[in-house]
Amino acid sequence: MNTDTHAAHADDHHHDDGHAHGTFSTYMLGFALSVVLTAIPFWLVMSGALPSKQITALVIMAFAVVQIVVHMIYFLHMSPKSENGWSMMALIFTIVMVVIALSGSLWVMNHLNSNMMPMHEMTGMK
Amino acid sequence: MSPDLLKLIFGRLSIDSLPLHEPILVGTFVMVALGGAALLGGLTYFRLWGYLWREWFTSVDHKRIGIMYMILGIVMLLRGFADALMMRAQQALAFGGSEGFLPSHHYDQVFTAHGVIMIFFVAMPLVTGLMNFVVPLQIGARDVSFPFLNNFSFWMTVGGAVLVMASLFIGEFARTGWLAYPPLSNIGYSPDVGVDYYIWGLQVAGVGTTLSGINLICTIVKLRCPGMTMMKMPVFTWTALCTNILIVASFPVLTVVLALLTLDRYVGTNFFTNDFGGSPMMYVNLIWIWGHPEVYILVLPAFGIFSEVTSTFSGKRLFGYTSMVYATVVITILSYLVWLHHFFTMGSGASVNSFFGITTMIISIPTGAKMFNWLFTMYRGRIRFELPMLWTIAFMLTFVLGGMTGVLLAVPPADFVLHNSLFLIAHFHNVIIGGVVFGAFAGINYWFPKAFGFKLDPFWGKLSFWFWVTGFYLAFMPLYVLGLMGVTRRLRVFDDPSLQIWFVIAAIGAGLVFLGILSMLMQFAVSFLKREQLKDVTGDPWDARTLEWATSSPPPDYNFAFTPVVHDNDAWWDMKKRGYHRPLTGFKPIHMPSSTGTGVILAGLATAMGFGLIWYIWWLAAVSFIAMLAVGIGHTFNYHRDFDIPADDVIRAEDARTKLLAGAK
Repeated sequence: MNTDTHAAHADDHHHDDGHAHGTFSTYMLGFALSVVLTAIPFWLVMSGALPSKQITALVIMAFAVVQIVVHMIYFLHMSPKSENGWSMMALIFTIVMVVIALSGSLWVMNHLNSNMMPMHEMTGMK
Repeated sequence: MSPDLLKLIFGRLSIDSLPLHEPILVGTFVMVALGGAALLGGLTYFRLWGYLWREWFTSVDHKRIGIMYMILGIVMLLRGFADALMMRAQQALAFGGSEGFLPSHHYDQVFTAHGVIMIFFVAMPLVTGLMNFVVPLQIGARDVSFPFLNNFSFWMTVGGAVLVMASLFIGEFARTGWLAYPPLSNIGYSPDVGVDYYIWGLQVAGVGTTLSGINLICTIVKLRCPGMTMMKMPVFTWTALCTNILIVASFPVLTVVLALLTLDRYVGTNFFTNDFGGSPMMYVNLIWIWGHPEVYILVLPAFGIFSEVTSTFSGKRLFGYTSMVYATVVITILSYLVWLHHFFTMGSGASVNSFFGITTMIISIPTGAKMFNWLFTMYRGRIRFELPMLWTIAFMLTFVLGGMTGVLLAVPPADFVLHNSLFLIAHFHNVIIGGVVFGAFAGINYWFPKAFGFKLDPFWGKLSFWFWVTGFYLAFMPLYVLGLMGVTRRLRVFDDPSLQIWFVIAAIGAGLVFLGILSMLMQFAVSFLKREQLKDVTGDPWDARTLEWATSSPPPDYNFAFTPVVHDNDAWWDMKKRGYHRPLTGFKPIHMPSSTGTGVILAGLATAMGFGLIWYIWWLAAVSFIAMLAVGIGHTFNYHRDFDIPADDVIRAEDARTKLLAGAK
């Protein structure tokens, strides 16, 4: 069974498979990308290039997400294959948990707000 | 000395902080001081300090750390249970104009401390201790992935426990209930040190819990012996994996929530205040995002223990291994989708409440599947009613009852009636005692011979079992009744005399549980005295099925002289069936991690820092923080991290075992 060999690998052998190591150029590429991805949001805020604050905030959020991905690929060396797929599994699990906690909290608190704050305008009643 | 200077040196701490005006506490202190002095004197007299420091405190051996966790859990159980007895006595007495014997200021601390201690410093250490001891043995490993981290984690847990215990005699503990909801826990309503003890006690212990979670995940993923694929892992290891994933995913939420509360209290932010846009409800929401997974963190390993015990004592392979694994994984995910059922009444409205009510009911499906798996494992098995099996059967009966009242509470309209009533108290004690505590006791009775080389005495064990089980039912069934009659939790005095009889029955139940605990301590003592009679020479006293029983009892430092190779679930059973012969020659030196005192020192400094922060003794906090960094960095220059057990020592240990085994036949 091929699953057996995986477990056999896990013990005692110090193979390099599963561990990706960056080279100088990939580190530099990651560094450059993170600098660019940081500089643009700063510029957006300081110059006020976009018409509304809300759009600016959303664009910055988008840049932040891309930044996270850049860090994961170039600095944490994550790929679908690293650590026999355990990194990917852990990532997916983390994303699921974070999405549940964030969206759940927003949903719950939004409903609370609309139900329990009668003094405010009653928007968002289900 | 000027008050300014005193304040600089001692912060908020003064002579008045000592509870000299409370006779109960002074009495307790005298008792603890005498007992402590006797213990310390005894250790000094018998010259045990060096032994304890070298062989236990600084040990990185997962078995010793696991045992120390169990000892911590049992010691703290005594403290938490003393609180329980005081509450039961207070509520049984405080009728007909009587105020009982606890002033409200003290009573509120007692119920808070009871909850905090029982969850964080009894249930967690017992569960972590069992995982620590058993998991590396079950997967055929020599230690956990990060042995030093394991030692450090344990001492951080101890540090948290020390802070909580210190609050008994220096200052006071929180009077907020075990989750310290704001606005009550905010600085305006709780200006004294109680909530700060709570916060820093949990933060210090939380570091240990999280690190030990990472450690055990790594161990299970990376250190399984050849042939042990995921679907050949013992069920206890599976539940340990899922529990540790839950720990790593949920404890950061607790850490952050408590950090935000700390900011509110220390620097005047407004995350959870009533004013300036703060929302106390956000605290409730966030802390239950941690809090609900927490109950599954506790109960999943217990499910694992019951699986091992049922299969061993029925002499059969576990029924529905695959479904058991999937049920565990499904519970792991679902445990994140139900947190709102702890605050249906907060006012999120019908749509939110029905979603969380339904997800809560869905969780009972995988749990029910497990229950049927255990029943079918027993069906047509040759059941041996040894102590672990007795606890398992008591669990199955008790937990089903608790589960049913849980599903009842999951119905939002019913919850509106029963919220914060004694019905809820009865429900969660029903599942935590019936599930986690009975599980821990089944585990202790099951693995004790593995840990110490002799079985536990069955007579005192059975006595303890019957006291616990009858005591539990007597103590908590009346609370269901009272809850249905509308009595809420955390009350100190009562007006309605017709309620008293139920509280008296509950107090009698608590008294029986007390006898159960005493019998258990007696069981340990008697077993130690009769250890020659109860000796386990085979290493496999229960005719068990998993790898930990393949090695000697207690296992050698290195666990297995040769890493086992696994071909089937129930690896040891498979080896026995195929006529496995223990290798007698060819032993090699074994590479092992060295002991280090750094964990003790770091955790001690963290505890001192917590104490400084609690009392606003800023210099102490700063000094211990800097010292912690220094020791941490210093430890990275420690290159004496490992050594080889010489082949001669291995041969000597293995030959001794060969003789023992020959004598047993």
